[in-house]
Amino acid sequence: MSTADADDLPLFAPSKKVYPQSVSGPYRRAKWIILVLCLGIYYLLPFLRWDRGPNLPNQAVLADIANNRFYFFFIEIWPQEVYYFTGLLILAAFVLFLMNAVAGRMWCGYLCPQTVWTDLFLAVERFFEGDRRERIKRDEASWSFDKAWRKTAKHAVWLVIAWWTGGAWVLYFADAPTLVKELATFTAPLSAYVWIAILTFTTYSLAGIMREQVCTYMCPWPRIQAALTDDDALNVTYRYDRGEPRVSVKQAQRLRSTGAPAGDCIDCNQCVAVCPTGIDIRDGAQMDCIQCGLCIDACNTVMTKVGYPAGLIAYDTDDNVKRRQAGQKPVYRPLRARTLTYAGLILVVGGAMVYQLATRKMADISVLHERSPLFVKLSDGSIRNSYTVRLLNKRPESRPFALTVSGPAGARIEAVGSAATADLRPVVTVEPDSSREVRVLVTVPADVHLDKSQPVTITASDLFAGEVVRAEDHFMAP
Amino acid sequence: MAEQDKHAPQFDAATGQSTTGHDWDGIQELNTPLPRWWLGIFYATIIWSIGYWIVYPAWPLVTDVTRGVIGYASRIDIAQDMALLKQERAAQSKALTEASFEQIKADPELFRIATAQGKAAFGDNCAACHGVGGGGAKGYPNLNDDDWLWGGSFAEIQKTLEHGIRFAGDPDTRVSQMPAFGRDKMLDAAQIRAVANHVRSIAGLSTEPKADLAGGAKLYADNCAACHGDQGKGNREMGAPDLTDAISLYGMDMASLTETITNSRNGVMPAWQQRLDATTIKALTVYVHSLGGGQ
Repeated sequence: MSTADADDLPLFAPSKKVYPQSVSGPYRRAKWIILVLCLGIYYLLPFLRWDRGPNLPNQAVLADIANNRFYFFFIEIWPQEVYYFTGLLILAAFVLFLMNAVAGRMWCGYLCPQTVWTDLFLAVERFFEGDRRERIKRDEASWSFDKAWRKTAKHAVWLVIAWWTGGAWVLYFADAPTLVKELATFTAPLSAYVWIAILTFTTYSLAGIMREQVCTYMCPWPRIQAALTDDDALNVTYRYDRGEPRVSVKQAQRLRSTGAPAGDCIDCNQCVAVCPTGIDIRDGAQMDCIQCGLCIDACNTVMTKVGYPAGLIAYDTDDNVKRRQAGQKPVYRPLRARTLTYAGLILVVGGAMVYQLATRKMADISVLHERSPLFVKLSDGSIRNSYTVRLLNKRPESRPFALTVSGPAGARIEAVGSAATADLRPVVTVEPDSSREVRVLVTVPADVHLDKSQPVTITASDLFAGEVVRAEDHFMAP
Repeated sequence: MAEQDKHAPQFDAATGQSTTGHDWDGIQELNTPLPRWWLGIFYATIIWSIGYWIVYPAWPLVTDVTRGVIGYASRIDIAQDMALLKQERAAQSKALTEASFEQIKADPELFRIATAQGKAAFGDNCAACHGVGGGGAKGYPNLNDDDWLWGGSFAEIQKTLEHGIRFAGDPDTRVSQMPAFGRDKMLDAAQIRAVANHVRSIAGLSTEPKADLAGGAKLYADNCAACHGDQGKGNREMGAPDLTDAISLYGMDMASLTETITNSRNGVMPAWQQRLDATTIKALTVYVHSLGGGQ
């Protein structure tokens, strides 16, 4: 039956091993520079120090899970402020969209960790096993000592890089120099070793073994990108108007002398040989293409050698290729509604985040009404309610807060176990970068008319810095 | 048909799948066995469970259970966790044991530990009568207010906790006994009514229209003032409540007052010294003191 036949088909194409050839040129250079920068930041950032005073850690970037704090240079984030990360993610998405609207999959080709680590792993592979032809030949040959040691060395170095990658990851979650010492003496927490093991495995398998398959089969971005792109976005494009029909240099001379059409593509296959995902850019835009520009470098090298003008493969649009074919001038519009909108959104979101961060409160108060008992009658007939008040001090120095209450007439406030100012405002001192809970009693005299429930506001004012925070709750009466 | 081999596999004409051979009025059941992998896992779990019997406690016996070769029991885990917790808190407990109430009050960290520990102990031991937050109920004092029968200072609260009130098992317990004026024929019904009206009047409450207030005052002076004071302000030395304030343990309406005077009230609180260690009682004292009424 036909349905049964369809069921038996494989779900995806059998993987073909890709042997990318080394290449040189401006795009390759740009990729090396980005690689060194990105990996340098990733591996070394945990060791960067940032002085925050005596009470706080001095690591520039630290996710202090145990103490519920996240430090990023001069910014300290408390758990209830993780929405900043939402802002960051939105910002990242718009930057990605903007890059895509300007020049296609720049993220995939240059910045994506998958690309960067794969590039590094490929460099290691090339160092031990040689360039494309040599690797293909060795893989086809039977096992020998030469093949064995080269493969072993390659995998060993891969594992070291992968292990170092996992090691750098855990350094973001604890004081880096201390953790390095602990790791070296096997006294680090088990979770550190487990995470290093997990990331060693993922780095080794994703960058060493799966490589371009991650982009082709696992990553959602190519699918989303295809829906987001437009006709004006620059893409790595084979200019078939200039390249076709593909003929050798000699044959092209012969054909041109007779007036027959001859393209500039000499079909040397260099663009295919250098491609890290193993595709042929001359087939047009395709999902497997990460647009790293290495085929541009390869093609330009060949074009220069054979004396043709460079740019047979270049950042261009399909529309421009068609325009040139029709004898029109190519049109480039980097400034258009789409790019301006994304840029505007980036400014809006970024501005909102900066504003939020600059104006955020360095103190906070939360109030919880005691429920058992809801209220207490005192011997003189006055009514008292108890509240659990939690004061938050985000500053690195200890701060005294004076508490006041407003709401029912004549309401008095006191904090259990705390002294009061001369004007009878209880003072609660909160330690640096921490929170403190106090039991707060609010008493209303007997002669004041009270409803069953009325709003009450408890205000905390920093006695020195003057920062004021308040919270509302209810005052209950019989 | 009758000669057909019952055990020969039969096949369904439409799908070609084998059937179970069962036939109900011409309807046959397709034979769809469980997947091999599923069966494999199923049998593996059975084998696994045998290992489990050997390693862990498993089978109930007449008086005991099979203990398992590694000697595991979840109770042992709990005991270990509790011991570890105790060890972790040893320093805190020591500080709490050695500190005076004034020191605890002055040190926010010590105060936090004491109230936290006190709150837990209160929930376990006191909440049954005094309510979760110490709100009390009729006959069970509200610990949040500022009205104390036996005193609301740290030392007095601690003493009440240690020795209880009218608790037979403790020689140092707080003792006082209000007579049952009605039941023991010391006052008759009219006199009780007069006294009750007098008590309401000194508390600032309304009295009955034809109340004998003068008679009530005389009876009060003769029978009640010794403990409750001339003005009805009470006496903490003997746990005699203030009759004039806005708080009462048993109610100030005529019916409640009549009942109180007739049969008296002598609430009992156990002595906790015998059940709780000194540090816990200290933490409880600080917690109760912190509820709002501490003096």
